[in-house]
Amino acid sequence: MSVESSSTSVAVTDGQSKNFRKPKYSRFSQQELDAWQPILTPSWAISIFTVIGLIFIPVGLASLFASESVVEVPFRYDDECLPPDYKDDALEYIQNDNINKTCTRNLTIKNKMKAPIYVYYQLGNFYQNHRRYVKSRDDKQLRNKASENDVGSCSPEDYTSTELGHKPIVPCGIIAWSLFNDTYRISSNNKDLVINKKNIAWKSDQLAKFGSDVYPKNFQIGGLIGGARLNESIPLSEQEDLIVWMRTAALPTFRKLYGKIETDIEVNEEVMLVIENNYNTYEFGGRKSLVLSTTTWVGGRNHFLGMAYILIGGVSLLLAVGFLLLYVMQPRPLGDPSYLSWNRNPGSLR
Amino acid sequence: MAGGRRRRHHFSRIHAFTCGRASMREEHSLIGGPGFSRKVYCNDPERAMESLLSYGDNYVRTTKYTLATFIPKSLFEQFRRVANFYFLVCAVLSFFPVSPYSGVSNVVPLLVVVAATMVKEFIEDFRRKQQDIEMNNRKVKVHRGDGVFDISKWRDLKVGDVVRVEKDEFFPADLILLASNYDDAICYVETMNLDGETNLKLKQALEGSSMLQEDSNYQNFRAVITCEDPNANLYTFVGSLDLEDQQYPLAPQQLLLRDSKLRNTDFIYGVVIFTGHDTKVMQNATDPPSKRSKIEKRMDKIIYCLFVVLILISFIGSIFFGLMTDDDLENGRMKRWYLRPDNTEIYYDPNSPVVAAILHFLTALMLYGYLIPISLYVSIEIVKVLQSIFINQDVHMYYAETDKPAHARTSNLNEELGQVDTILSDKTGTLTCNSMEFIKCSIAGVAYGRGATEVERALSRRQETPFSQEFKERISESKPSIKGFNFKDERIMNGNWAKEPNANVIQNFLRLLAVCHTAIPEIDEETGKVSYEAESPDEAAFVIAARELGFEFYERTHTTISLRELDPMSGNKIERSYKLLNILEFSSARKRMSVIVRDEEGKLLLLSKGADSVMFERIAKNGREFEEYTKQHISEYADSGLRTLILAYRELNEEEYNQFNKEFTEAKNLVSADQEQIVERIIQSIEKDLILLGATAVEDKLQDGVPECIDKLAQAGIKLWVLTGDKMETAINIGFACSLLRQGMKQIIISSDTPETKSLEKMEDKSAAEVIAIACCINFDGTLLIFQAIKSSVIRQLREAKTLLTTSDENFEALALIIDGKSLTYALEDDVKDSFLELAIGCASVICCRSSPKQKALVTRLVKMRTGSTTLAIGDGANDVGMLQEADIGIGISGVEGMQAVMSSDIAIAQFRYLERLLLVHGHWCYRRISSMICYFFYKNIAFGFTLFFFELYASFSGQAAYNDWFLSLYNVFFTSLPVIALGVFDQDVSSKHCLRFPLLYQEGIQNILFSWKRIIGWALNGVVTSAIIFFFCIRTMEHQAFRKGGQVVGLEVLGATMYTCVVWVVNCQMALSISYFTYIQHIFIWGSIIFWYIFLLAYGAIDPSFSTTAYKVFIEALAPAPSFWFITLLILIASLLPYFVYASIQMRFFPMYHQMIQWIRKDGQTSDPEYCDMVRQRSIRHTTVGTTARLEASKRLEASKRLEISVHSSASKRIELSNFAASKRSEGNSEDR
Repeated sequence: MSVESSSTSVAVTDGQSKNFRKPKYSRFSQQELDAWQPILTPSWAISIFTVIGLIFIPVGLASLFASESVVEVPFRYDDECLPPDYKDDALEYIQNDNINKTCTRNLTIKNKMKAPIYVYYQLGNFYQNHRRYVKSRDDKQLRNKASENDVGSCSPEDYTSTELGHKPIVPCGIIAWSLFNDTYRISSNNKDLVINKKNIAWKSDQLAKFGSDVYPKNFQIGGLIGGARLNESIPLSEQEDLIVWMRTAALPTFRKLYGKIETDIEVNEEVMLVIENNYNTYEFGGRKSLVLSTTTWVGGRNHFLGMAYILIGGVSLLLAVGFLLLYVMQPRPLGDPSYLSWNRNPGSLR
Repeated sequence: MAGGRRRRHHFSRIHAFTCGRASMREEHSLIGGPGFSRKVYCNDPERAMESLLSYGDNYVRTTKYTLATFIPKSLFEQFRRVANFYFLVCAVLSFFPVSPYSGVSNVVPLLVVVAATMVKEFIEDFRRKQQDIEMNNRKVKVHRGDGVFDISKWRDLKVGDVVRVEKDEFFPADLILLASNYDDAICYVETMNLDGETNLKLKQALEGSSMLQEDSNYQNFRAVITCEDPNANLYTFVGSLDLEDQQYPLAPQQLLLRDSKLRNTDFIYGVVIFTGHDTKVMQNATDPPSKRSKIEKRMDKIIYCLFVVLILISFIGSIFFGLMTDDDLENGRMKRWYLRPDNTEIYYDPNSPVVAAILHFLTALMLYGYLIPISLYVSIEIVKVLQSIFINQDVHMYYAETDKPAHARTSNLNEELGQVDTILSDKTGTLTCNSMEFIKCSIAGVAYGRGATEVERALSRRQETPFSQEFKERISESKPSIKGFNFKDERIMNGNWAKEPNANVIQNFLRLLAVCHTAIPEIDEETGKVSYEAESPDEAAFVIAARELGFEFYERTHTTISLRELDPMSGNKIERSYKLLNILEFSSARKRMSVIVRDEEGKLLLLSKGADSVMFERIAKNGREFEEYTKQHISEYADSGLRTLILAYRELNEEEYNQFNKEFTEAKNLVSADQEQIVERIIQSIEKDLILLGATAVEDKLQDGVPECIDKLAQAGIKLWVLTGDKMETAINIGFACSLLRQGMKQIIISSDTPETKSLEKMEDKSAAEVIAIACCINFDGTLLIFQAIKSSVIRQLREAKTLLTTSDENFEALALIIDGKSLTYALEDDVKDSFLELAIGCASVICCRSSPKQKALVTRLVKMRTGSTTLAIGDGANDVGMLQEADIGIGISGVEGMQAVMSSDIAIAQFRYLERLLLVHGHWCYRRISSMICYFFYKNIAFGFTLFFFELYASFSGQAAYNDWFLSLYNVFFTSLPVIALGVFDQDVSSKHCLRFPLLYQEGIQNILFSWKRIIGWALNGVVTSAIIFFFCIRTMEHQAFRKGGQVVGLEVLGATMYTCVVWVVNCQMALSISYFTYIQHIFIWGSIIFWYIFLLAYGAIDPSFSTTAYKVFIEALAPAPSFWFITLLILIASLLPYFVYASIQMRFFPMYHQMIQWIRKDGQTSDPEYCDMVRQRSIRHTTVGTTARLEASKRLEASKRLEISVHSSASKRIELSNFAASKRSEGNSEDR
C-alpha cells in the first residue's frame, strides 16, 4: 500500500517547520504547579478552633490580669470644681478672668500606686479629630525658623489682627491656639508630689517635627484667647505640653499625658489636688477629668482586650466541641448531592 | 510552463456551467447608475490618473488606533466607564479644599491603573499592526508596461493594475479574471478563508480575454470595467467589461476575491477592481461587536449598587454634619469654640449649614470612594489577559497536524466560557473535517467492509460488554493509510472479489464507481501514481475506492474515460476505455447522477448513483433481487452515521438511446423559460428500470473525538444545536454520526417539501428548480415571495409538533427537531418565532439544515434574546460569521489557513473536540476565578470603606480620614491587589482531570451559582461585619488609656495605623481562607502583601515628616514596641475571620457544593469512604437525551425489548421484521410530513 496520499481537492498541509507554534510545556503554563490544596475537613476545623481557644484564653487571662493590676484614679472636676454660685452660669464663671479658678480637692487613693504614676487630663466631647481642627496647623512653620511666615491652612489663627500688625502667629492654627491650660498640683501630707513634665512627648516629634530654633511669636495676643499661652523664650521642641496637645486624638473622648509622678503613693494615702480650672469645656458640654494611672505591659486599665480574647477563645472552644459532637453523632450525612441546586429544581436542566 | 501545456484540457465540457455565455441580465441595466458607478481603466494608469478617479490603495489597516489617535482615543475609552470617570472627577476635585486627602496621593493610583490599561491596549494593537505589516508586504507580480511583470508589494497595488497570480498564491485584491493557463480560461479557487469550504470553486474568464495567456499579450491591453460600488456581498457581482469596443457582462463567475487562493491552476491574469478596504472581504470584516460577559454586566450592576450605598452614606453623613455645624454657632455664641466657628471658610460655616452640608457631601463622596474598587477593572483586565495566555498555552488544545494552538482573540469572554448553555454549531469543517472516507459497501445484498466508523468507535469506548473486546481490536488495527479510503475486507480486496458468488455484480459495481463521476485524474509523473481532482470530497472517495479495489481510473478526455481494470480471468490489469456519451448531472433536486457510456464491446450503459429516496423507485421489477438486504444495510449504515448512495445500472438499446439523445440535445439548446423542466423530464424518462447493484457507505468524516466531546457536553448539560447549510439528509446523517440523533428518537421534521406546498408551488407555476433557488438565497431576497400558504403550513406543523411534545414521555421518548431553511424563514418571523423556540427548547436535538448565514445568525439571536441564556456559536466558514458575531461567544475553527471565521471569532481553536477542554476546564476555571475575584474585590473594599465611615461617626462627620493619605490611596494598588490577581489567574477548585471527569461541575456556571446575588450579598455583608469588628474592636481596645508601658496614649495616627494593619491582615487572610489552591505564587502574593505592608510602613515612616506627616516613625517608635499592638492585631484578625470560618466549615461539611464534593473525593480518594465517592459519581452521570451515553442506554432498552419480543414469539422471521422496524422508523421519519 502506498503511503502517499492521493491529493484530492482537500488542501495539503504546508510543509513549513512542523510544530513551530506548539506551546512550550511547563508545569506553570499548563497550570499544573504543585499546590497545597487544603480543604476544610472537620478535623481541620476542630483543631483550628481548639488551637484558637487554647491560645486565646491564656492570652486573654494574662492581659485581663495585667489590666486588672493597673491602678487608675479618675477624678472628674468640670462640675466638681464649679462653684455652687455658678452652677447655672458656668460660662460666666469660666470666661470671667477675675474669678479665681483654683479648686482644691482631697482624694483617697485606695490602692498602692507604684511609680511612675502617669497624670493625664481627660477631655470628653472634644472633637480633636474634626477635619477643620486636624488640618489647622503648619508643619513647616513648626519645624523651621525659616518658614516662620508659612501659615498654610492655619486660618483663622494665621496672622494677628491688622491693629496688631498682621504678623504671622507662631505656632499658628487652632490646634495650638486651643492648647489646654488647666494646671494641676498634687500634694500628699503637705508634701508636693512632683509632677515631672519632661519626656511626656514622642521623641520623634521633638526631634523632627518641632524645631529647636523656633520660638513662639505673636501667640495668643489677639482678641480671642483660646487656651494656654506659651513661654516665648522656650523653643517649640521643648514645649512638651504643646507637642502632646498637637498629636490630635482619634476619638472625641481622649486623655493626654500631663506629667509623671515618680514617687509611689501608698494605700489609703490622701492626696490633695490643686486644680486651676481654666479650660472652657462648659461651652460645648465637654467633661474634664484628671486621671492618675499606673501602667503595665499592656498599657493602662482596659479590660476589653482581655475580655475579647477570652470571649473569642471561649466561642472557639465551644465551636470545637459542637463540631466534635456533630461529627460523632452524624458521621456522614453530608455529601448528599440532593443539596445541589440543580437537583433541587429538576426542571432546570431540561 | 510545460506542465501548463500538458494540462490544457477543455474542462468546461464536463462541467455544468454555461461557459462564456453569460447573458446580459436585468441587473446589468443598473450599471452606471447609482451604486454601480465604479469605473476601472484596466492596465492604463495614465488614464486613471486623468479621470480623477482615485480609489483607495491596497493598504489594509485593522488596528484600532494609529500613533496619533492612540492617546486621546484610548483615554476616552478608559473614562467612558462610569467607575473610571468617577475616579477622574475625584482626582480633579482632590486638588480643591473639599478633598479629605491630598491631591497627589489620589492621582497616583488612578495614573497607575490607567497606564496599565493603556499599555495593554498598546501591546494588543501593536500585534495587530505587525499582522497588517506582514499582510501588506506580501509580494505579487504586477504588469509594469511593455509586457513586463514585476514583483511588487500588495500594498502598492492600484485599481486597474494587471496582476499575475501563480499557483497556491492568495489573490491580493478583488480581481476580474482575464485568462489562465487553461485555454478556456478557467481556474480553480479555494475559498476556504471566505466560507470554510475546502472544495474548489471553478471560475472562468470571458471569452474575449481568454487568449491573453502570455505576459507579452498585456503590452497593449486596454479595457474599461464598469461595475458595482464596493459592497459586502460575497456572492453577487454586477459589471461589464469594455474590450475592443465590445461590451461583455461580468458576473461573480469572473470575480476572484481577496484572501481566496489559486489552486490547481498554474497562473492567472487578472485586473484589480477593488483594493484594500474596498474588497469584499474587508467590507465584510465589520468590527466585531464588542462583547461583554454576563458577569461583567452584573458587576456593573454591583458597582451601581455600591454607588447607591456610597451616595446614601455620604448623604447621611452630610445631614449630620450640617446639623452639627449649624449647632456650633448659636446667636453668635460659639459652642465648639476650639473650631472657631465664628470665622470659617464656607466648608464649615455654621451660618450657612446647607451649603456646608452640600460641600461636605462632595467630600464624603470622595472619602467613601474606597467602597468602589478603583483597580477592579484593570485587575480584571490583567487577569483576563493572563487567563487567555493560559488558554493559548494549553498543549492539550494544540493541534499538531496544522500546527495550531488555541488562540483567544479577545480576553473579554473567558468567564463566559464557563456559563454556556446552548452551543450552535456549524457542520462542515466544524463537526466534520470535510473529507469523505469510503468505508463500507453492500454489493449484491452482501455487506462488505470492516472499518469502524467514528460512531462505532465512540460507542465501543463506552461499552463494557465482552462483545466490544473484539471490536476494539478491529479498531486498533484500522488506521487508514490512504486518504479517503478506510475500507478493509479481504473478501473483495486484492482481486479476491472474483471468487465471491456474485462476482459479476461486484465487477459492475466497481466499474460504476470508476466511471460514473466528474473527477479529473492527475498523474504524478515521477511515481506514476494517479490522484484525483473532484468537485466534492465524496466523489473523490469513490474513485479512490475504485482504484484501490482494482479499477484504476487514469485518464479522462472529453469523450472517453480510461480505466485499468483487473481481469478476473487472467488476474492481469487490462486497459479499457469507455466512450462517454452523456453526463446527467447531480443536482440537489435530482439527488442522483448518471452517465451514459459505450463500452469496448459496444454496449450502451446507463450508470447511475443516487440517494435511496429517489433510486429505489427507479429500479426495474427484475432488478430488485437484492433490494431487501440492501435496504437493511442502508439503514444500518445510516444509523452509524454514514452517507449512503445506491448504485444501479441498465443497458440501453441503440434506438432507445438515439431517441433520448436527440430529445436531450434539442432540449438543451432550447431557449425557453421551462427549458430546465423539459430537460428534467427527458432525463427522467431514461433513468428508469434500473438494476440494483448495491450501496456505498461513505463516512463524512467526523473530526477526531467529536462524538465523545458531544457526549461530554451533553453530560455537562449543554445543549447543542446544529445549524448547517447542508441538505437535510446529510444533516440527519451527521446527526446520527455524532449521536445527536439515534434510533428510537422521535424526529419532528418541519419541511417545506410537503406535498401540499409542492402543489402550491405548481399552482403558482414555479419550476422546482426555481423554488430551490429561492430556498438557497433567502438571505438575499427573503422577501422575494411570501408564500402565505407555506407559512401557515409551517405554523400548522409547529403546532402539531408541540402537541407531540406535551404528550410524549419526556424521559424515554426524546424528540429531535429537524427543520429546513425555507421553513425556518417562516418560523423565524415575529409572530411564529416564540412557538418555534418553545418547541426547539423542548427537543433534545435541534438541527436546522439548508440555513443561510443570516438565518444562522437569526436563530442565534432568537436563542440568546428569548431564553436569556449564554450561547456559543462555533463555525469555520464565512457563512458562520454572522452567527459567531451574534452569539455571546463565537468560536472559530482554525483550519489550515487563517480564516474569515477565525477573524470574527472571539476564540479560535483547531478542532471541535477542544471545545470540551475549553469549556469544561478553562471555562469553568475562568468563571470561577472571575466570579470569586469580583466578590472578593467587593468584600475587601467594603471592609475598608466602612471602617472609614464608622470613624466618621466619631469625628462628627467632618470628613477626616482615619488613615494617612498614602495608606488610603495605596490600599487598592499595593496591599491587596496582587493576591486577588493571583486568585484570578491561578486558582483551581479542582484539577483539570476532575473537571473533565465530572462534567456536571459545569452546571455551577450555567446556573451561575458562584456569582448569584445571594453570594454577592453574602460577601458584601461579610465585608460590613469585618469592618465593624475591626473598627469597634480597635476603638474599644485603644480607647483612651495608655496603650503601652510608657504611658503614651493613642492618637489619630496610632489608631489609623493599627486599624489599617488589621485591615491588611484580615483581607489577605480572608483570601487565604477562601482559596483552596496554594502554589508558591499564592504564598508569595498573600504573605508578601502583608509583609510588604510592614516594609512600607517602615520605609514611609522613615521619610522626612514633611512628606510622611502622621506616619512618621509611627511603627518603629510607637507601634512595634507596644505588645498591645500585636495582641490587638491577632485578636482582630481571628475575630474578623471567625464568622466566615464557621460558615465555611459548616457549609463544607454539611452543604458542600458540587466542586467541594469533588474536593472531598480527591482528598479521601477511594479509601476512606468509597460509598460516598460512588454516590457522587453516580449522581454525576446525568440522564441525557443526546450523546453516546444516551445512545448506549437507548440501545440497551431496544435490546431488552427485542429480547422480550423474541421470547414471546420465538420465531426467526419476527426477528428480521423487528430489526427492520428500526430502519423503517427512521426512513419514516425522513419522509413523513408532520
